[in-house]
Amino acid sequence: MRSVYIVLSALFVMGLAVWAYKENYATQEVLRNVSQVQREIGHQGEELAVLRAEWAYLNRPSRLRDLAELNFDRLGLLPLMPEQFGTVEQVNFPIEEDILSELENPVSVVGSLEAIDP
Amino acid sequence: MSMRTPLRPLARILKARSSGENPDAIERENLRLRHEEMRDSTRLRAEGRLLVLGLCFVSAFVVVGLRMGQVAATTPEEPRAVTTGTSILAARADILDRNGRILATNRTTHSLYAQPQEMIDPLYAANELVKIFPDLNKERLIRDFTGSRKFLWIKKQIAPEQQQAVHDIGDPGLLFGPRESRLYPNGKLAAHILGGTKFGREGVMSAEIIGQSGIERYRDDYLRDPANGDKPLQLSIDLSVQSTMREVLFGGMHLLDAKGAAAVLMDVNTGEIVSMVSLPDFDPNGRPTFAGQNASDNPRFNRAVQGVYELGSTFKIFAAAQAMELGIMTPNTLIPATPPFRWGKHRIGEFEGHNYGPNLSLTNMIVKSSNVATAHVAQQIGVTRQKEFLKSLGFFDPTPVELTEAAGAKPLLPPHWSELSTLTIGYGHGISVSPLHLAAAYSSLLNGGTRVTPTLIKHQGPMPKGPRVVRPEVSKASRDMLRAVVAEGTASFGDVRGYKVGGKTGTADKPRENGRGYYDDKTITTFASVFPADAPKYVLIVTLDEAVETSGPKPRRTAGWTAVPVAGEIIRRVAPVLGIRPDIETLALAQ
Repeated sequence: MRSVYIVLSALFVMGLAVWAYKENYATQEVLRNVSQVQREIGHQGEELAVLRAEWAYLNRPSRLRDLAELNFDRLGLLPLMPEQFGTVEQVNFPIEEDILSELENPVSVVGSLEAIDP
Repeated sequence: MSMRTPLRPLARILKARSSGENPDAIERENLRLRHEEMRDSTRLRAEGRLLVLGLCFVSAFVVVGLRMGQVAATTPEEPRAVTTGTSILAARADILDRNGRILATNRTTHSLYAQPQEMIDPLYAANELVKIFPDLNKERLIRDFTGSRKFLWIKKQIAPEQQQAVHDIGDPGLLFGPRESRLYPNGKLAAHILGGTKFGREGVMSAEIIGQSGIERYRDDYLRDPANGDKPLQLSIDLSVQSTMREVLFGGMHLLDAKGAAAVLMDVNTGEIVSMVSLPDFDPNGRPTFAGQNASDNPRFNRAVQGVYELGSTFKIFAAAQAMELGIMTPNTLIPATPPFRWGKHRIGEFEGHNYGPNLSLTNMIVKSSNVATAHVAQQIGVTRQKEFLKSLGFFDPTPVELTEAAGAKPLLPPHWSELSTLTIGYGHGISVSPLHLAAAYSSLLNGGTRVTPTLIKHQGPMPKGPRVVRPEVSKASRDMLRAVVAEGTASFGDVRGYKVGGKTGTADKPRENGRGYYDDKTITTFASVFPADAPKYVLIVTLDEAVETSGPKPRRTAGWTAVPVAGEIIRRVAPVLGIRPDIETLALAQ
């Protein structure tokens, strides 16, 4: 009986050793992946910063103003002016079509209670 | 375990007895044998244990030895669980406008350096380098490349296409180091606010960027802190408004042949500077050097913050407001206005010899911009009370705005504040302040009467009200007076329909550089305005340096003809961008 315990515990320790060995290599692999991903994030961040800078540069107000002037015949863009503010009353709402008046010979389908009364 | 042998086996005892031997001898003999057997087995067990223990020790020592060998043989390595990839790049925090548009950011460029001992063909390399960078000196390069130097910088910053061209030279002695550089994508826009940066300590692999002026320098600690790399600094500036204001001011400055111009647009309630322009300006991507004599001609000079000028009649509203605050006058109180006002041997007259006498109401004093009447009011207020009031509006200290230059721009006050000083300061002469001072003071006076602190940082959350400067009724009465100036007085060009502009003009002759009197034909014209006057949102200060309007028979240099139309156009263009809806003003209200 005792020898069975000894063998079992020895097997258990060996199992643990194998597990620890595998974990060690798995950890190293993950660390390598993480540093790879971090490097990628760094590159992406750098790229993002460049794109943001380029976006800001291309959208700088002086350039947009020049572009609006160059393309005036196509776009017709003008600076925002106080006259462009309006009120709700000035907005033309679409006129609702009057469908009922277009019907010919309408028939009323409303009955009256007197007809039912005995 | 063997069968236990009895110590006195009956068979042997009987046999011994019969042969007359001592049976005890048999017992002793058996006892001895048993003891020997026990001793042998115990020794065996002890030997086995010793062996196991020995094995344990040996294997432990072997493990320790192997590990020592491994540690000694491998190259040292930092633990890699904490990898920092992004924080080193893009270290300096971005600067954004109030809507999140980029005002300053970083980009990666390269620096170019040489290690002459690695070079294969120094003469060819020098030749090609001069073709790429025409500003390099060829002789000097050849001297450096062929001399005893082991290392030299060629260019601190190069563009990607230049880098490619240097690659194409193909010399192993020409090397690149990564460089972060500061980029201001909007160029000249908000140049004076942002300031600029320069390289601090430099190494081959990196160089630190430090702020050189403006907010880049003032908030350098924040911007440089690696912990703030992804937390941009958000300013109160609105890029669209800034752009519009610069465009209009630039046009106005050239149309009126002015030497310089400045404009400040401030939120009356929070003191946030929504836009601040100083012209001429510069490109912060390549800060210009200035060799001229007069500091105010330097394009890097921020007229709105550093330029302390006598701002003239714009100060009259402070005298009127204080008189109302003290309760000694109401808007309808009549004040003697017959020129000249005599004080000792000094005489105070009106602009261009006008005579508004014999009496003017306090409102009309502001509308007509009467020096004489204002002197009377200032005399009634007195030296001490006037000083206290102007101090409470912030005219005694540099503005606390977040720019390095602001601390150096102290207002110029009279060294001996006599009664004559009080009289002249009443109408804005004898005290020199910056347009930003004026903007903060107008905001404090007109927002309902609580002091505001000018700031360039966007404010989050509700703003606590500052200490009270004047009563709300006085603030309202002051706004009505300013509205009357625009509706019927000297600033009629500033009356933008729908925005109820109120404001006060100021025309001050420029003092001569030698300190002896004033120029006749050089003026600083200012228009300090608030809109909308009934529910104030913004204060706009426009200052033009040596502006002249020449459409009439003789050149006009007053603020009403120069600063006011420019300010009016700014309001007309900027107010819609700020989202203020024009109101239909009734005639009754305007009168």
